[in-house]
Order: sequence, then C-alpha cells, then structure tokens
Amino acid sequence: MIEQVSLNTLKPGEKGRICGFSLAEDITRRLQDMGLVRGVNVECAYRSPFGDPTAYLVKGAVIAIRSKESKKITIYCEEKEKWD
Amino acid sequence: MGLSKDSVGIHAIDEELVIKKKKENDIIVALAGNPNVGKSTVFNAMTGLRQHTGNWPGKTVASAQGYCAYDGKGYVMVDVPGCYSLMAHSAEEEVARDFICSKIPDVVVAVCDAGCLERNLNLVLQILEKTKNVVVCVNLMDEAAKRKIDIDLAELEKRLEVPVIGTAARSNVGINDIYMAINNVYTKEREMTVSEQEVHTPEYYVKRAEELCRGVIRFADAEYAKKDYKKDRIFTGKYTAFPIMFLLLMGVFWLTITGANYPSELLHTGLFKVEERLFQFCIWAGVPSVIREVFVHGMYRVVAWVVSVMLPPMAIFFPLFTLLEDSGYLPRAAFNLDKCFEKCHACGKQALTMCMGFGCNAAGIAGCRIINSPRERLIAVITNNFVPCNGRFPTLIVMITMFFVGSATGAEASLLGAAFLSSIIVLGVLMTFLVSRLLSLTILKGIPSSFALELPPYRRPQIGKVIVRSIFDRTIFVLGRAVVAAAPAGIIIWIFANIKIGDVAVLSYLSDFLDPFATLLGMDGVILLAFILGLPANEIVVPVMLMAYLAKGSLVEINDIGALKEILTANGWTWITAACTMLFSLMHWPCATTLLTIKKETGSWKWTFAAFAIPTVAGILICFVTAQTAGLLMK
Repeated sequence: MIEQVSLNTLKPGEKGRICGFSLAEDITRRLQDMGLVRGVNVECAYRSPFGDPTAYLVKGAVIAIRSKESKKITIYCEEKEKWD
Repeated sequence: MGLSKDSVGIHAIDEELVIKKKKENDIIVALAGNPNVGKSTVFNAMTGLRQHTGNWPGKTVASAQGYCAYDGKGYVMVDVPGCYSLMAHSAEEEVARDFICSKIPDVVVAVCDAGCLERNLNLVLQILEKTKNVVVCVNLMDEAAKRKIDIDLAELEKRLEVPVIGTAARSNVGINDIYMAINNVYTKEREMTVSEQEVHTPEYYVKRAEELCRGVIRFADAEYAKKDYKKDRIFTGKYTAFPIMFLLLMGVFWLTITGANYPSELLHTGLFKVEERLFQFCIWAGVPSVIREVFVHGMYRVVAWVVSVMLPPMAIFFPLFTLLEDSGYLPRAAFNLDKCFEKCHACGKQALTMCMGFGCNAAGIAGCRIINSPRERLIAVITNNFVPCNGRFPTLIVMITMFFVGSATGAEASLLGAAFLSSIIVLGVLMTFLVSRLLSLTILKGIPSSFALELPPYRRPQIGKVIVRSIFDRTIFVLGRAVVAAAPAGIIIWIFANIKIGDVAVLSYLSDFLDPFATLLGMDGVILLAFILGLPANEIVVPVMLMAYLAKGSLVEINDIGALKEILTANGWTWITAACTMLFSLMHWPCATTLLTIKKETGSWKWTFAAFAIPTVAGILICFVTAQTAGLLMK
C-alpha cells in the first residue's frame, strides 16, 4: 500500500519518492535545482544533534533541509508498519 | 572565496572581473559547475595558481582568473562560483550565471563530480542550451573509483555530443586532455549562441539527466555512500557532535600554543639581538640620534614584537584550520549549529561564514554571499566580528598564558590555555547568537528563510600541500601586512612618547585622557589607545601596548619574552585587566580592511557603521560589567 506523507515524517533509513511541494516558489525552485523533483527517490540519512535539520540522500548527494521546509514536501512511501 | 593570500585582507574586496588577454587569439575559458566539485582544484591544476580550495559548498564567491599556455596557445581561465542551475538564487550564483551567459567565454568547461554525476548533469544540460562550446570535465574520478562507481565516459560523450574528459585534478590526471578538448571545441566551429527556445522546468532536466546516465554509471558498491554515515553518526550525533566540536577547537589551539612557544622565544631573542647591533651600527654610521631613536627604538622594535609574538601562533593556526576546511568538516558544523541559528532567525550557513572569520573577518564577510536572504546576510555580516580572527588569537594567547595559566607548566599549561581560549571562542559564538537574535527582533526583523545545504563527502586533506601552501602563502602575507601596519605605528608611538606639550609627553596626554573611561572598563588608557591605533591591523595591538609602556619609561630592559608580564604588572595589570583586555579584543570595532569589505558588500555606510558600533557597544558593556563586578568581589 502506498501512502502520501510529508518528507519530515521519514526516519533515518526510511525511503520515499517526491510527490509535490507546497512551498514558496523560490524555495521550491532551489530544492528542485538540487535534484529534489517529483518522482525522485529520497532516503532520510541522519538528523542533526537537535533533531533538525535532517540530512537526506538525493541522487547520490547528501542535502540538509530544515523540518520547516520538509514538512511542506509530500512524498509517496510504502505504508509504514502501524505498530511503531 | 576561501582563505589564501589573495582572499584575505584587502584582497577580499574583489574588483569587477576584467578579462585580461595577453594575445588577441587567447581563448577565454569559464570553469562552471555545481558547488564543491573541485572547480578551483581544476583551475589550479591548469593555471599553476593557488586559488584557495576547500571542501565545502560556497567557498568560491567571486570569479578568479588565471593565465596559462599549452602547446603554444594562450588560455584565460576564469574560475566561476559554483551554482546548481542558471536560475540564480544568491549573489554568488548570479556572478556565475551572468558570466556563463555573457558570451564572453569562448569555451565553457562544465566541471562535474564523478561521484554525483547525474545531479551535476542538470546544470550541464542548462549550459548546453546556452552554448555548444562546452567541454564536460568529470572530476574526482579517483574518488569515484574508490567508491566503486564506474562511468562510461565515451558513451556519455556520444550522448551529450560534446567532449567528456575524466580527471583527477588533485593529482593532475587528465589536465592535458582538457586543453586538447578546449582546443578542439574552439577550432571546430564557432556556433556560440543557440536559438532561443522554450524554458524547461527543473523536472525536465532531472529526467533528461536520468536518461543520459542510464547505462553510463554503474555502482558496483551501492552501500559505499553509507560509509560516510558512520563518520557522520559521530560528528553529528546527538551526544557526540558538540563535545567533538569543542575538542577539535581545543586540539587546534593546543597545537597552536604548544607549537608557537619555542619559535616565539627564538625569534624574540634573535630580533632583539639584531636591534642592539642595529643601534650600534647607527651610532657608528653617525646617524643623528633622533632618527636613530625613531627607527630603531620606534619602528624596528614594534615590528620585532609583531614578528616574535604574533607570527608563530598565526603561522601554526592557519594550516591547521585549512586542514579542517579541506576535510569536509565545516558543513557538518553548520549542520549541527543550524537549529541555533534558526532560533535566532538567521541562516545556518552563517556557521560557515563564522568559521571563515577565524581565518580573517574580511574573508568571512565576503563569504556571506552564500547566504540567499539579504536580511540574513546582513546579520551574518554584522556579527562576523564576534569570532576572533587569526590576528587576534595571539593577543588572546598572550593574555591567557601570562595571567590565567598560572603556575602550571609544560603540557598542562598549554592544555589549560587551549581550554581557556576555546571557552572564549564559545563566548564569541554565543554572542553571535545573542546579537543575531537581537538584530532580528529590532532593525533586521523577519522570519528565517529556507536552508538547504549540501554535505559533501569527507576527503582526506593533502596534508603536505596544505602546510607548504598556507605557510608560504599566508606567513609571508601576514608578515607583510603586519609590518606595513606596525612600522608607522612604531614611529607614531615613539613620536607621541617623545614630543612634549608643556611638561607632558603627548603619549601620556592621550593615555591620561582615555584613562578615566578605560578604567571604567577595567583597562587603562594605554590599552585603549593601542586598540585605537590597532585599527589598521589587530596584530599590532599588543606590540603597540608594550611599546607605549616602555616609552613611558617604567621598564627598559627586555631580556626575554618572560619580561612581558613584568612590563605589564609594573604598569598595574591584574588578572582583571587581562580579562577585560581579552573581552575587548573579542568585542570591539572590526579592523579597517574588514570595514572596507563591509562597505563593499553591503554598499551602505549605514550598515558599515552598524557593524562598527554593535560589537563596540557590546564590548564596552561587557567589559564594564566584568570590571565592576570583579572590583566589587575583590573588595
């Protein structure tokens, strides 16, 4: 089952595929230029010591994004196990 | 722009890029590419120049040019700041876009990171829409090979229809092939502009890059990237990140303090022996006594102090810092600290510009161009001075070793000193946060903008190269700058000390004038005067101070460096004086070059004044509180 969630819900090690952005145009464009476009696979790599920002693996590059932004990026991912 | 001879101090203020051809038929080549793919390394390999390199995105913020000849032809190489696309987002990316699209370059060399080729092609495709005179340079092939990434360059060349060259610029592999490819592209056919076409969406380029790479790139070891994670788990881990940051800082200072001890001693003894000889020589040569005094006891002595006390720590700190920079640790520091900056409504990339400030505040301020939001950029510019630059470390080190390490000796003393110095840096960083927050609450109101920072793979720094380069480049540069600032300061001090108005020397007159105010701040008039005269270069503050005390005649014999403390205590110094001097050194007006850079970067005297006044006011307040509280406690 595939569900739509926001990027910030991914935990380190989990993967998803970019679906859409609900961010200001310039920020969206900037992220897109770094390779985050619809259909691209992302993997949550690790978080900073304060839990935010988080580093994501995108097309072989590691990109750090604040949760303020990742909250507004939707992704498709395999439905997570409910019991965690 | 990183820290090298050409990017610190007055050179941080870059001029408009003017292409300098030597011959009419020289080929102008632009080196473009994503941030941190090794453009500067390729540039250096081709031109033999030493454009500063470092492992973090945004190091090059202004274009640099160099000239090289190969096979009888001349090439003007232009190292353009890195960018992710030709749609500019920040000042430094604008520089890149404008130049690539300007039709000035005859050939564009698009440099890519072999380890991240598909993402890099995104930009290559955009460049190809502007010009067909492109050579694709797939750099870092050595690193890709280590990561078991296999790239079929011939197939990529066929698909892109422009030459594709694999290089490992660090070890000069493939550089000659670039020349040949440039030449082929240039002589083939000058089809410079491509017909206007519709604007594509970012998705288009990503999809296109994906298609191009299908079958070209093979990952033999898909898990390799995860090896970096292991390091990152430690360097950015919840419980380990900050202790490691502090330990790294302390380690660097410990090495600096320990390493500087002996050369300082040696230089001091040597240079003061020379002073004696010089003086004897002047007497023998019949130089009039006034000139003899001015030049030997004024100018020469201050220069000698600068060289012996200030130079060794700077010469050691700098290569160490460069090693850290090359390793890829700095972006992790920015990653760790971002939350704090977000809380202060500032940008996490400010951590990078702050780190640059350790080397040189002027370079740090020029580096602020990597910050996209103008508001956050101004915050970073104004607060940059709260981290002490290379020129202020020695002042802090001198104060610490004389007044705070106490009876400890040897390794214990230098460890204690390093811990002290690191704590002062932490204080500077905390002040950066505080002032950033205050600014964003008052004159620079606004909400934090976005933050997206690429964390590059860790790279092993080329230790030998770094040390040789930074010692030769930097040491000679610092020496020159310090001498240029110190020599006139020495003359001024001597004249102030020897010209009398009535019965009082001008120097006493001035320091007495400043004294009441300075005493409130826990210092004395001479110290404040030294800070004022130190405006051209922070390196000369301590030497000017010592000179002024000597000129006042309380102590003339200076046999060894241990005499420093005697000079100071004889003039009423206590640990409170030292503490306040350190605090004021950390927080006072930026040096003249930094101020000029701020004017250049902000284009406004108003913000330059703010950058002058804010740290000064902070320093005055904190010194006042410290001095008064300490005074009360000591009673």
